[in-house]
Amino acid sequence: MSAGSPLPYRMTGPSAFAGGWRRFLHLSTLLAVTEFKLRFFGSALGYVWSLMRPLLLFGVLYLVFSEVLAIGADTPYYAVVLLMGVIVYEYFGEATGAAVTSVVDRENLVRKVHFPRMAIPLSVSLTACLNLVLNFVVVFFFAAISGVEPRWTWLELPLLLVVAALFATGTATLLAALYVRFRDVKPIWEIVLRALFYATPVLYPIEQLAEKSETLARVAMCNPLAALIQQIRHAVIDPSAPTAAEAIGGVAWLAVPAAVLVGTCSLGFWVFSRMAPRIAEEL
Amino acid sequence: MSSARADTPAVSVRAVSKVFRLPHEQVHTLKERALHPFRRSGHDRLEALHDVSLEVARGEIFGIVGRNGSGKSTLLKCLAGIYRPDAGEIWLTGRMAPFIELGVGFNPELAARDNVLLNAIMLGLTPGQARARYDDIIAFAELEPFVDLKLKNYSSGMQVRLAFAVMAQVDADVLLIDEVLAVGDAAFQQKCHEVLTGMRDEGRTILLVTHDMSAVERFCDRALLLDRGQVVERGEPSVVARRYHDINFNTAVAVAQDESPRTGDGAARIVEAWFEDDRGERSNALAQGVPCSIHVLVEMAQAADEPIFGVSLIDEQQRLVFATTTVWNHLRTGSFAAGELAEASIRFDNVLTPGRYSMTAFVAHAGRGDRVMDLREGFATFMVTGTRPSVAVVDLPHDFAITRIAPGAAWEVHAG
Repeated sequence: MSAGSPLPYRMTGPSAFAGGWRRFLHLSTLLAVTEFKLRFFGSALGYVWSLMRPLLLFGVLYLVFSEVLAIGADTPYYAVVLLMGVIVYEYFGEATGAAVTSVVDRENLVRKVHFPRMAIPLSVSLTACLNLVLNFVVVFFFAAISGVEPRWTWLELPLLLVVAALFATGTATLLAALYVRFRDVKPIWEIVLRALFYATPVLYPIEQLAEKSETLARVAMCNPLAALIQQIRHAVIDPSAPTAAEAIGGVAWLAVPAAVLVGTCSLGFWVFSRMAPRIAEEL
Repeated sequence: MSSARADTPAVSVRAVSKVFRLPHEQVHTLKERALHPFRRSGHDRLEALHDVSLEVARGEIFGIVGRNGSGKSTLLKCLAGIYRPDAGEIWLTGRMAPFIELGVGFNPELAARDNVLLNAIMLGLTPGQARARYDDIIAFAELEPFVDLKLKNYSSGMQVRLAFAVMAQVDADVLLIDEVLAVGDAAFQQKCHEVLTGMRDEGRTILLVTHDMSAVERFCDRALLLDRGQVVERGEPSVVARRYHDINFNTAVAVAQDESPRTGDGAARIVEAWFEDDRGERSNALAQGVPCSIHVLVEMAQAADEPIFGVSLIDEQQRLVFATTTVWNHLRTGSFAAGELAEASIRFDNVLTPGRYSMTAFVAHAGRGDRVMDLREGFATFMVTGTRPSVAVVDLPHDFAITRIAPGAAWEVHAG
C-alpha cells in the first residue's frame, strides 16, 4: 500500500474545493489542456481557426468603423487598439460563454467522481486564457508593424491580464452555478455579452464618448473590462491615450470598477460554493 | 500496514440518512418563476437511505445488495463523496477510488494515452503517478499496438479493457465498485475476478454493489442487504443472498397467485402454496443440495372421496423438471367433507440446479386424474440458490473420481 498507515478522515461530500489545492490545480489544468487539445488537434488548421475568429471580426469592424464611419480617424494606432479590444473582449466572451453550460455538460464526471467542482469553470477559463496569450502574440505583431515602440509600461500587461482572467473566472463560476437551476441563463447571457460589447470602449475610443457626455463615459468605465482595456491601451499601445484613472475621472473613482470586479467574483464563488454539494443531485 | 491500526475500520458509516427532494414539476426557467412567484413548487421526499450504519474492516470484500431503488447506489455515492449525506457521518481510512462507471472522463476524440492520463487523474492519481503507470496500464489492457488510435476507433470491448486497466492500476486502499464488472466477455470477467481477489490479498478493501448473488457468495467476506433505504440483513453472504431472494420473490409470488390461470370444476379450491427450507421456515429461496418441501393448501368445496393431489415444477426454459401425484406414490388420501382443508406436503432433497422454478398444483377427482377439481398453473415460484454451476436440469448428488489405470492393468481388464 502506498501510504503506510493512513489516518481515518471524514468524507463530507462534494464541495467547490474539496480534495486539496494540488489536486484542484492538477484537475483544472488537466481539463483545460484536454479541451485545448480537442479544439486544436481536431481540425486540420487547428490553432489557426481560433485565431481567425477574432481576426475576421476585427477585419469587419475595422472596415466598417474606420473606413466607412471614420470613427477611429483621430485615434493613433486605431487598428491595433481595436484588435486588442476585440481579443480581450472575445476572451471574456469565450470564457464566460463556454462556462455557462460547462458543469451541466460534464454531468458524467459530476455524477461519477468525487472532485472539486470548481475545477470545471476554472478549466474553461484556463482554456480561454491559453487562447488569449496566443492571440496577444498577434497583437504585438500588429503593434510592431504599426510602429508602436516597446516601453517599460508593457510590464503592466501580465498583471492587467491576470485581473481580466480573475473577472472572467468569477463571472464564469456565477453563470455555471446559476445554469444548473435556471436554464435560461444561457440565452440571457448571450444577449448581455453582445450588449456589453457595445458598452465597452472597443469600437470607439473612450475620449470620443467623453466629448459627447462626461457622465456616460464615466458610467461606461465602471465596467471592469472597460477599465482594463483602457489601461492596456495606455500602457501597451498608445501612451498618449488616457489611463483608466483619467478616463473615469480620478484614481479614487477606480474603486467602482474594482468593487464591481470583487463583487462579481465574490458572488460567483459564494453561489458556486453553496451549490457545489448538491450539483450532482440537481442535474 | 502497521498492526497498530489494523483494527481501524477502512470504512465506517454511522447512521447515515439521505433524502432526495423530488419536485412535482421542475421549475427550470425564470419565466416560470416570474409567472408563478408564490407557488411553492411541491416536492416529494424520497428517503433513499435511512439510518444506515456499517463497518468494513481492512482487506475485506464487502457486498452491498438490494433491489432497484433500494438505496445501494446512493450509499455508494455518499461513500464516494458524490452526494452529501443529510445526517450521519462517513469515515474512510486510506485513499478511496470510486468506480461507479468504467472510464469516467473518457473522451472518444482523444488517443488512448490522453484518456488514460485523464481517467487516472480523475480517479485520484497525481499527473506524475499517472504517467509513471501508463505503460503498466497499457500492458495490462493488452492494447500496445493501438495506443495512438483515437478512443472512438476502439471496439467497446477494448474500451472496457482500457478502463478496467486504469482501475486496476489506480492503487487505492478503498475501492467502491458499482456493477461495473457485469460487462465484458467471460475471459474479461475471469480477469476481473482475479484482479479483485488479488487486490484483497494485498490488503485493499473493496465495496461491491451488485445484483449478482452468485458473485456475492463467491467473492464477498460479508454483505449487507438494503431494502427501501434500510438495512434488512447483514453478515454472511449466503444468509444475505437467501434473504435477497426472499424479498425479491415474495413480491413476485403475490402477483402470480392472482393471475395464474385456473381450470377445473370447482369442487375444490387451491388456496395457498408455499415452500419451506430445511428449518421448516417459509422461503422462496431454497438452497441447492439442502432438503426442502413444497406445501399446497386446498379447501374442499364439496365432499370428496380419495381425491388426487399433484404438483409439477417447470424451469425457466419451460422444461418439466419434476412431477408427482398421490396416485404415483400409491398414497390413499381418504375422504373429505365439504369445507374441510387439506395440506399436501412434498418433501425432497433439493437436487435442482440454481435458477427459477414455477410450480403448478392440482386436485382431481378419484380415478384417472382427468376430472380436475382445481388446477393452478404457475401458482408459485421459487428460486434455487447455489454456486455449483450446471447447464443440466438437476444436479444429482454424486462423487467424481479419476483413477489412473496402469497400462498393464488395463490390458488385463480387456483380456479378462
